[in-house]
Amino acid sequence: MIVGVLGLQGDIREHCLALGECGVDVAVVRRKAEIEAVDALVIPGGESTTIAHLAQVFDLIDVIRSRIGSGMPVYGSCAGMILLANRVLDAAPNQITFGGLDITVRRNAFGRQVDSFEADLDLDGMNESIRAVFIRAPWVESTGPAVSVLASVVSPDGQRRAVAVRQGPLLATSFHPELTSDNRIHRYFLDEVCSKSK
Amino acid sequence: MSEITGTGRVKRGMAEMLKGGVIMDVVNAEQAKIAEDAGAVAVMALERVPADIRAQGGVARMSDPDMIEKIKAVVTIPVMAKARIGHFVEAQVLQSLGVDYIDESEVLTPADYENHIDKWNFTVPFICGATNLGEALRRINEGAAMIRSKGEAGTGDVSNAVTHMRKIGGEIRRLTSMRDDELYVAAKEMQAPYELVKEVAKAGKLPVVLFTAGGIATPADAAMMMHLGADGVFIGSGIFKSGDPSRRALACVKATTFFDDPKVIADASRGLGDAMVGINVADIPVPHRLAERGW
Repeated sequence: MIVGVLGLQGDIREHCLALGECGVDVAVVRRKAEIEAVDALVIPGGESTTIAHLAQVFDLIDVIRSRIGSGMPVYGSCAGMILLANRVLDAAPNQITFGGLDITVRRNAFGRQVDSFEADLDLDGMNESIRAVFIRAPWVESTGPAVSVLASVVSPDGQRRAVAVRQGPLLATSFHPELTSDNRIHRYFLDEVCSKSK
Repeated sequence: MSEITGTGRVKRGMAEMLKGGVIMDVVNAEQAKIAEDAGAVAVMALERVPADIRAQGGVARMSDPDMIEKIKAVVTIPVMAKARIGHFVEAQVLQSLGVDYIDESEVLTPADYENHIDKWNFTVPFICGATNLGEALRRINEGAAMIRSKGEAGTGDVSNAVTHMRKIGGEIRRLTSMRDDELYVAAKEMQAPYELVKEVAKAGKLPVVLFTAGGIATPADAAMMMHLGADGVFIGSGIFKSGDPSRRALACVKATTFFDDPKVIADASRGLGDAMVGINVADIPVPHRLAERGW
């Protein structure tokens, strides 16, 4: 199995390292043919407007949407979560997404960089909590019936907000497991999402 | 659940999210919109671009908070702003305004010719300029969470950016080839903390993200700097001092992502109109070179 990391912008290197440590073949993909050749895709953290804009300019929207539509496993962290969401609040004007995940995401929901934080997070299906790094992070404001919430945090306004979700072959987190040495989210994507989506 | 803000991981991590991107200098809300629409990963809000600071002279300071607020209001991407070297109160003001990154910048007139800002005291992360590895590691030791090679701002002449990136990269490569017992002297010679020198020798890279700046004016300039090891690019005067800022901004974004594909860069470089006129660094007397500020 080859896992592609969408290589337009963001912390591509960190996702490649995490996946490599899990023992899977990794390819950075930036072109149509490269995206068609991989078995699964990771959309990295980065600036969602920039990644979406580059995907439009280099005509990658249709190929990614069609691969998602035909069941390719995809994991998105932070900007990647926004790009997988069907609906985005506080988006830039005309900001598009690949879509696929039946969720509404609020961009920069936790605030600006001074509000970025790390915290211990309990995840469904994991015995020990993970250290989650949230950077100008989004949260999931609402989910469709097919979406399961894997983790949530209490936001500054006192509400419980989903920060890790899964819908079949699609996995998304508001936070950045690639910034820590803990590869459990990547392993979960490979072992639970990819291998059971075939 | 214990939530902590302002950790090293959160500060350095923010810079990781900017990699492969272009950060553009803007002086008003309209330019900030153009930058966001072109795919900038962040904007640097400042009152005058370096080319104008250079032309007009005088003391260059932190921007008016109103101007920064206006830019924050119109874009959704991160907004950075500059404080003078050593001016910790300007930095406190910028942090209170909620900017996403502070550039302790030699482009502004230094406020302190001995000390830089103690950047560990802040929740907001800092980026600092460097012309060589020792300078970069001294800034990281003071708490900088991101480094940019200085180049020579406001010139449109990429030669100093090249010099500084090659210098930093060369010194890192040299460290990786040293025996452990040689690293002590290397640390002494480059006037950098031994622990950081050792860390760089082991990792073969800086412990923080390294962008490049100072004189980048074309898509090919941006791509060359990526080849030389930059994680991303700052473009100051190069975009909004050119004939068609919107197209040039997009072209530089494209070339930064596909820096290793000359066909994409060729396409991006077509019909951009006039580049900024620029000045040769060699024609600027040494005392007027901004890269000399900071130590």
